[in-house]
Amino acid sequence: MPATPDSAQRSATISVLVENEAGVLARVVGLFSGRGYNIESLTVAAVEDGRNRSRINIVTSGTAMVIEQIKAQLDRLVPVHRVADLTQQGPHLAREMALIKVVGRGNDRAEALRLADAFRARVVDATVESFVFEMTGSSDKLDAFVELMRPLGLAEISRTGVAALARGTRTI
Amino acid sequence: MSEPAPAAPSVTEALQPGAEVLLRALKDQGVDVIFGYPGGAVLPIYDAIFRQNAIRHILVRHEQAAVHAAEGYARSTGRVGVVLVTSGPGATNAVTGLVDALMDSIPIVCLTGQVPTHLIGNDAFQEADTTGITRPATKHNYLVKRPQDVARTVHEAFYVARSGRPGPVLIDLPKDILIGPAPYAPPAETPHRSYRPQREPDPAAIARAVALLKSARRPIVYAGGGVINAGPEAGAALAEFVRRAGIPITNTLMGLGSFPASDPLFLGMLGMHGTVEANLAMHGCDVMLAVGARFDDRVTGRLDAFSPGSHKIHIDIDPSSINKNVPVELAIVADAGQALAALNAAWRADATKQDRAALAAWWERIEAWRATKCLAYSQARGAGALIKPQYAIERLRDLSAASGRECFFTTEVGQHQMWAAQFLHFDRPNHWMTSGGLGTMGYGLPAAMGVQIAHPDALVIDVAGEASILMNIQELGTLAQYHLPVKVFILNNEYMGMVRQWQELLHGGRYAESYSAALPDFTKLAESFHGTGMRVTDVERLDEAIGAMIASDKPFILDVAVDPAENCFPMIPSGAAHNQMILGPGRQEAAPGVSDEGLALV
Repeated sequence: MPATPDSAQRSATISVLVENEAGVLARVVGLFSGRGYNIESLTVAAVEDGRNRSRINIVTSGTAMVIEQIKAQLDRLVPVHRVADLTQQGPHLAREMALIKVVGRGNDRAEALRLADAFRARVVDATVESFVFEMTGSSDKLDAFVELMRPLGLAEISRTGVAALARGTRTI
Repeated sequence: MSEPAPAAPSVTEALQPGAEVLLRALKDQGVDVIFGYPGGAVLPIYDAIFRQNAIRHILVRHEQAAVHAAEGYARSTGRVGVVLVTSGPGATNAVTGLVDALMDSIPIVCLTGQVPTHLIGNDAFQEADTTGITRPATKHNYLVKRPQDVARTVHEAFYVARSGRPGPVLIDLPKDILIGPAPYAPPAETPHRSYRPQREPDPAAIARAVALLKSARRPIVYAGGGVINAGPEAGAALAEFVRRAGIPITNTLMGLGSFPASDPLFLGMLGMHGTVEANLAMHGCDVMLAVGARFDDRVTGRLDAFSPGSHKIHIDIDPSSINKNVPVELAIVADAGQALAALNAAWRADATKQDRAALAAWWERIEAWRATKCLAYSQARGAGALIKPQYAIERLRDLSAASGRECFFTTEVGQHQMWAAQFLHFDRPNHWMTSGGLGTMGYGLPAAMGVQIAHPDALVIDVAGEASILMNIQELGTLAQYHLPVKVFILNNEYMGMVRQWQELLHGGRYAESYSAALPDFTKLAESFHGTGMRVTDVERLDEAIGAMIASDKPFILDVAVDPAENCFPMIPSGAAHNQMILGPGRQEAAPGVSDEGLALV
């Protein structure tokens, strides 16, 4: 007997290798909105010049049954080559990059710089009353840094969304 | 028009206008008929059609009807139906048909005109973002922006439409691409680069299925439209399996005809208006084999009470249909025909015996459920007696069968559709065309048109309601133009019957907007479109009227005045379980109340 579907939500990082053709991103995004699935993060870029393929990385959440459904729905789209659930398949790397602008003077400014150093954020722009930090890491790490910057004059954030790969020799 | 320019020295074949290349690709795909409607953007295609004879064009009266006609053609032949419409409103009118084909997994290729590439995005006359609008309405769609892609795209569209779980595919063709020179390319011989559905079942899963089914004490087969889509061999393999195993089988609305209704192993349709025996057997089974069916809400009723405690095996070509609504223990992703053939082979090779005693006890329970005769109704006789809709369908069934002709039935949507499903009894696949998933009123008449085009000598009957039939009534013009002797059998209760039934049962009898006021005189309507019409109100004249309809060689509307108060039973109210059916008046003490959640369901 299969267990009744549990209602526990889990997060999933799904990578989709697609034919790089017009409308393919709209198909993927439309599938999520049309069927009521969440998109927490989405990245897309061409990854194989010669073979004209793009990789879409999606962070989503849902019950185990919904995540399986999302993968099956993605997989049956005509221009989709492969779908991988990195969260389920084992150890994987998920990284994103953020640009974070902090505006302030005096102690706050010095504190922001100290924390940036501790988090290995790089200063990529500076004026006498502002910094732009560039930081790469897991989403959790970026979240933590952003929270620390909030009282120190956080002005604006731009994040890329998650890029992800399986650890070890396995590929999509 | 001058002939196409001679080939450039560097190419092996002459370049032709894109529209000519398009038609050549269609011919190579075996297309013999297109349902369409012209307009500015597709004039080059119509010009190419004019100058050839291999492909016949059927001029419909509305683009929605073109798609339904192509669906009727596809469902009655097993081939891909082809539609041709213009840009803008031509394409948007086709959208309902496309979603209908998507929901019911019908292979369609829809060609739409588009404004020239340099005008795309400029809000040009009759421009619509057709690929954007139809992305969720099709299995896949294409915008052809380069002449060299015309032929390749057509071939790929046919492959996608008919492969895996079939569905509608749209090709948007800008006018400059249709006019400009394009090279031809034959169908590719290499596999598609990304879309390659799995057709072969996993032998280990088949072995597990055999073990589960042989150990079953209360098994049932639940077969849907996927069996019909998999071709006649799939139906034959299904019958072989069910008969060898001696187990009961039920069909979905879409699956009717995949197993002979006249076989005693058949329990009738299941679901909201299914039979007591089918629904209770589904509820009480210990092993369920679902084939080419998708556990739709009209089938399952309340999900958490759906067939509790059964081991479920699900054969489907679409992995996304598995575990979508109901978790199953054993999934077999494969073509239904191949999976059933493998199941038969593995069953024969396996020496394990079935528990025949348990099976006999199971059949005893089923026979007791059957004895409730849940579809019974009482037809009063004598002059002036109202005609019961069920009786009208039964007479239609018997008299059309007695004609000895090959009969195809289509329907519109509503009560008449459910009565047709309950009472028509199909022994063969591909003879029953109804809008199952989308529930499109106005489907039946154009679908019948497409069936009649494919089967010119057959008796093709659209079982309709007086409300639904008006949704695509303009197609009477098409019937007249092509001398298509389609019969329209209207169960006229002067209500949108299913809406009225729900209002009676769920909304306190407040019949908001469900009365069919100001109906036309259907006899005169038929006559004005060069057909024959007849109205019958007297039960004693019904056979004579049906006989006249069947004997007619013209399009014919038979307007049957039926009991306006009749409801369609059994009924599982929304949000109720399979064992909470309502039977007809006087047949059940208390109906289960419908939950608030149920009220929100449609």
